[in-house]
Amino acid sequence: MNSIIVSALMGMVMMFSGIVTNSKQSIKNIAIAAMAVLLVAHLADANDIFKININVHGMLNFNRFGMYFTTLVIGATLLYTIISGDEVVKVGANSADYFALIFFVLTGVSILASYNNLLMLFLGIEILTIPLFVLTGSDKKNLKSNEASLKYFLMGSFSTGIMLMGIALYYGASGNFNIDVNRVANEPVNSGILIPLGLLLMFIALAFKVSAAPFHFWTPDVYDGAPTVFTSFMATIVKAAGFIAFIRLFESRSADMGVSWTILMPVIIIATLLVGNVTAVFQQSVKRMLAYSSIAQAGFMLFALVGLNDVAKEGLLLYTVAYSIATIGIFSILLKMKDYTFEGYNGLAKTQPLLAFANTVFLLSLAGIPLTAGFFAKYYVLAAALKQDTSILWLVIVALVFAAISAYYYFKVIQAMYFKDGEAAVSEIKPSFKLTLLLLAAIIIIVGIFPTVVFNWFYF
Amino acid sequence: MISLLLILIPLLGGLITFVLKDAKTAKNFALAVSLVTLAVSVFSVSGAAASQLQYDAAWLPTFGSRFTLQLDGMGKMLTLLTAISFPVVFIATYNNEYKNAHQFFALMLLTQTGLTGVFAAADVLLFYFFWELALIPVYFLASIWGGEKRIQVTFKFFVYTFLGSLLMLAGIVYMYYHNPEQSFALSSFYKIQLTGAKSGLVFWLFFIAFAIKMPVFPFHTWQPDAYEQSPTAVTMILSGVMVKMGVFAVIRWLIPVFPQNAAHFSNIIIILSVTGMLYASFIAIKQDDLKRLIAYSSIAHIGLMCAAIFANNTTGLNGVMIQMFNHGINVIGLWIVANAIEQQLGTRKISALGGLAQKAPTLAILLVVLAFANIALPLTNAFIGEFLMFNGLFTYNVWAAAIAGVSIILGAVYTLNMVQKVFYGNTNTVTENAVEISGNVKWILIVLVLLIIILGVYPQPVFNLTGDTIKTIFNK
Repeated sequence: MNSIIVSALMGMVMMFSGIVTNSKQSIKNIAIAAMAVLLVAHLADANDIFKININVHGMLNFNRFGMYFTTLVIGATLLYTIISGDEVVKVGANSADYFALIFFVLTGVSILASYNNLLMLFLGIEILTIPLFVLTGSDKKNLKSNEASLKYFLMGSFSTGIMLMGIALYYGASGNFNIDVNRVANEPVNSGILIPLGLLLMFIALAFKVSAAPFHFWTPDVYDGAPTVFTSFMATIVKAAGFIAFIRLFESRSADMGVSWTILMPVIIIATLLVGNVTAVFQQSVKRMLAYSSIAQAGFMLFALVGLNDVAKEGLLLYTVAYSIATIGIFSILLKMKDYTFEGYNGLAKTQPLLAFANTVFLLSLAGIPLTAGFFAKYYVLAAALKQDTSILWLVIVALVFAAISAYYYFKVIQAMYFKDGEAAVSEIKPSFKLTLLLLAAIIIIVGIFPTVVFNWFYF
Repeated sequence: MISLLLILIPLLGGLITFVLKDAKTAKNFALAVSLVTLAVSVFSVSGAAASQLQYDAAWLPTFGSRFTLQLDGMGKMLTLLTAISFPVVFIATYNNEYKNAHQFFALMLLTQTGLTGVFAAADVLLFYFFWELALIPVYFLASIWGGEKRIQVTFKFFVYTFLGSLLMLAGIVYMYYHNPEQSFALSSFYKIQLTGAKSGLVFWLFFIAFAIKMPVFPFHTWQPDAYEQSPTAVTMILSGVMVKMGVFAVIRWLIPVFPQNAAHFSNIIIILSVTGMLYASFIAIKQDDLKRLIAYSSIAHIGLMCAAIFANNTTGLNGVMIQMFNHGINVIGLWIVANAIEQQLGTRKISALGGLAQKAPTLAILLVVLAFANIALPLTNAFIGEFLMFNGLFTYNVWAAAIAGVSIILGAVYTLNMVQKVFYGNTNTVTENAVEISGNVKWILIVLVLLIIILGVYPQPVFNLTGDTIKTIFNK
């Protein structure tokens, strides 16, 4: 509960800080401090030191998994604010408001990590996405940014409508908004077509949020059009939040969908992997490549939904850490580049060896090479699916073939940085930026060797 | 503890080399590190107690995977081969100039770490870890310091092997969930009895990964290009040690885990291997580039090893064991000669060379011994290995042995042809000013040639060393 309330409060603090000071530097520092306060408040909650208690009548359920997920998300956002805060304030005049919106997004994430009631799911999704519409269009003078914002808004409201329809059908059949209804009896609600249909509609709406094919069409345009610094936030933290919403709902309810669930998942996964990986291969711009790569990565995260067991939950946590940190790092370096095409990276290893090294670690992690967190992230989600049902081996093989394809476009950046000649133009790099970048790379490698450090805290 | 040292010394050495900015210091330091590793490795083979060769530590406790290292006979032999190869390579290419030399040597030492880990790992997840780890530094080495077409060629090599390892990963996870002990340990993997149609699929997932690495026809297409484009020091490691990863993995992780499938599919695999032997030998005859010739000849040799493994008898496997070691020595020797010629004359084209024996008689003598070893004449180390492998193949199927035998003749054709064209005949404008090889190359070649002759006359130590591995496999 702490994280929901404190993040909303901090959002308001940020809004008012814009009145008090005009200095972008101090606004950024306030944001970092506020984020740290939020993290501390949440940790106090998770460790039973200090809890704000409000009777929510069972609409929220703060279990260990959700709490831990929220910790990771807030931690990742803190790192994001530290490494990319300078770029956030540069986007436009209302820098304090951008941070406020980021805090409101975190409120949405906290609700999604703990909802137990479909109304809360709806509320969480809305609190999460409305600030994002604004952030996407925050570069007001840029036509692409405006277009992206409008597109995102229209598609987003459309998918919300579908979700509401699904919730209505579910309510109509079960007479209850709670997702753990009947869980005690441990048998599916037997009420004909309505519940499966309702769940299917909710599935579609959530698939839209995590940009799973064939509901991904908004992703490349929105990610490309939005200011790069916010793309980084959307592609990582927001996407992970979509998955937590997914897993909370279908962990208990996938049985209601019966056979259609076992048909639906492979189809969605293969479509997502195919679209993401194959299209990413043909991109000229690194930013657009990352947009498609985020679709491809979503395809792997969906394996956690095939598994829906303990390993799957661990896998999702690990994937959140590995993918978010690597992507935040890559975007923070992209933000320093003058030229967003692959050629723009030519010779970066000579001009900025440290940036090139960190970028390589992040890219290797996304490609899933051992010794990086990305390997174990992929390993866990795939193992989760196989643990559930070893006859799914064929799907795992298909996914791994796509993982090999993904190496192609990730390594294109490495090739440009190390093996091609050129003078990669970068804007000014502060020592503190380099230090944070090294910290991110160190996290990736440490988690890549001892993935269990992530869960030891989870189980402690 | 010894096995851990074999991994830690090159790892730490490599990391330190990264910060040594001076090229000369980095080079000497890397050489010193590799010599220390060699000393430890020699001790592991000669005097270490079995308990010293094991190392076990918790790694992923919730997961059934431990950091377990263990050196049996085959492991000791291959870590020794690795430990010998690196100082040999460093000394033989001592005069080669590299830009950013400290990075080059650091990456070389990291490669050694990965290779040693592969040979020592006794936990399948750890094995996978090192298997991939050996690839990454090699990818950078070949892409940064390689030839003109290095970027595409190395990337092809990378994607090929990466795809193979990912398939293996799917197989590993599948096996894990069929393991009642919920463990990745080697000993527990050996107990899994996989049956049914799926076991065949999983067998192929593993085999394709290993076949790409060896490489076995038709998965070999990355190899000649990669050998040609890589800097010679890297090519030596690739062909001398890295391809042994594939052969080793088949013996350690495939045959004992899937004995029925191995027997069932042995026909297909032996046909592929033998086809590859002939195919590579024919192509080798047509090659004009020294490096490509050695590359194709290497495919032919590996094909025979793969066929002999799947012949599934003690004789053949004994041959494979000794040949793994000897092929490493011989092929590195050949690369050293190729490197010496290229460094001095600036070309590797066989047609452009000639008459080198007049200018560099020592090199010519040493090369002739290496060439004899390459075609496995008696008294050279390769003879006993090839003899046993053909013997094993003969027991399995006479026709397979007969067809594979043609490759011996073809091997003599291309090897002797090369020796003749490069070293004999008259000198031409290119070779006119050639001089004798430098001291370091000469001495290292003499050491290799001595090894060739000693092991050719008295191979028993290798059999003693690897006997326990063969016993484990056939007693299973």
